[in-house]
Amino acid sequence: MSETTPPQEPSAPRRSIRTTRRDFLRGMGLAAGAATMLPSLSAPADEAEATPDAAPATPGLRETGRGPRKIELRINGQTHSLTVEPRTTLLEALREHLQLTGAKNGCDRGACGACSVLLDGEAVQSCLLLAVEAVGKEVTTIEGIAADSRYARLVDAFCAHDAAQCGFCIPGMVVGSAALLNRNPHPSAADIREGLAGHLCRCATHPKIIAAVQAATGTGGPT
Amino acid sequence: MAIAHPFLYEKPGTVKQALQLLAQHGAGARVLAGGTDLVGQLVDGLVRPEIVVDLKGVPDLQEIRMEKDVIHIGALATFTDIMESPLIRKKLPVMAEMTEWVASRGVRNRGTMVGNICSAVPCCDSGPILLVYGGKVLVKSARGQRAVPIAQWFTGPRRTVLAPGELVLGVRVPDPGKHGGAFVKMRRYKGEDLAQASVTALLLAGNQWRIAFGSVAPTPIAGKRVEKLLHGKRLTPALVEEAVALTDQETAPITDIRSTREYRAHMLRVMMRRALEAAASRKAGRGPAYGTELI
Ligand code: FES
Ligand code: FES
Repeated sequence: MSETTPPQEPSAPRRSIRTTRRDFLRGMGLAAGAATMLPSLSAPADEAEATPDAAPATPGLRETGRGPRKIELRINGQTHSLTVEPRTTLLEALREHLQLTGAKNGCDRGACGACSVLLDGEAVQSCLLLAVEAVGKEVTTIEGIAADSRYARLVDAFCAHDAAQCGFCIPGMVVGSAALLNRNPHPSAADIREGLAGHLCRCATHPKIIAAVQAATGTGGPT
Repeated sequence: MAIAHPFLYEKPGTVKQALQLLAQHGAGARVLAGGTDLVGQLVDGLVRPEIVVDLKGVPDLQEIRMEKDVIHIGALATFTDIMESPLIRKKLPVMAEMTEWVASRGVRNRGTMVGNICSAVPCCDSGPILLVYGGKVLVKSARGQRAVPIAQWFTGPRRTVLAPGELVLGVRVPDPGKHGGAFVKMRRYKGEDLAQASVTALLLAGNQWRIAFGSVAPTPIAGKRVEKLLHGKRLTPALVEEAVALTDQETAPITDIRSTREYRAHMLRVMMRRALEAAASRKAGRGPAYGTELI
């Protein structure tokens, strides 16, 4: 069951992408199969309800114990309440509890940037945060950025420059670029390289990614 | 991939509450600041704490401030906070230079300098910087408070003098006055790599030098022989060469996944030369701007 209010889907995407790869897999029943093959070590929400030290009704951090607890997270402008354990990372909470699967798990150790989200506007690796640490913060995921018209130029530039091959790194790249542009609206190519250092693309599309960010900011590069 | 070991999580609102938790759980407690090291260790199962004490509920620990002639950097000050602090850029420019090259933006936004010296890996970049600036680690426990000179802080890879029940409140650096310095870090590629080796040089008034190395011994180490050689003398090309020749005696690099012993030893000599020259010219108001990579 879902405890998420409002519904789990992020706010309507800016473009109408009707069928995502994930929807397609879901339709094929493959995602369900994959989920049972990869048991999550942190209990998902509905198992949590069954355990004796399930969190009391009032959400908050005063609850103690190793077990699941109810927390509220502000994600993409909406409040989600969910049940996590202290050991649940923010990345797991997003992907496995809230089905916000835009942030990717590339390395689970802060080395690849694929899991990047904005925390109060600054880029962080969500695999290095416990979900409980994000309580009281404003989390913005790639889903939130894709739906936000302020980032439309950036997102469009990634598409126009064909900056992705497999696309696995791209959500993190876009989040990292968004954080960079928030701080510095007119970055040089060197600033972009420095700002995106730590975002690794296994398909080596870095030149196109840098060109896309340059194009989005009118700071040169091919358009 | 997930964290296999369950733990308690507490977020105390005061230093006193934090110390109570640490006293209660002793070696079973781990302190969480930015989490960029701890969470990775938890994922790998290298630490299995009974309780994680999140310091971020304690107010004021993120502060960077001047207290008389000491610069205080709170336990929750991130590398980004330090990098962007006008006080640090003015008073401790070599520290600002170091922070720019720590890991990636996302890690700098979370990781703290105090966390960096507490995790105490041999490649910890904050170690050499605090060594040359003569920093002290402010440690508090239920029993009282002490200030540990950074030179006595590290006891081995991932080991420090911090005892169970103790909490680091911040680091304190005496105002060095007018000085010049350089932090030279060798990495395999630009951005998000740990140091293969680093050389830090600081030139203070009266031609006093401080030298430190990272990633070339089990802990960050001071370059005592080079400091002694250079003491009170004006830097000349001949003196630089003497110092470079001493580098081999100061360091004990090893071969590991990031480079070979021989390569590290060779590059240490190159880095020593450039660090000394940059420090001297920056002190004279010339030389490359802080933040310019020297290798
Ligand atoms: S998955 Fe978080 S940085 Fe790679
Ligand atoms: S496009 Fe494949 S990882 Fe970047």
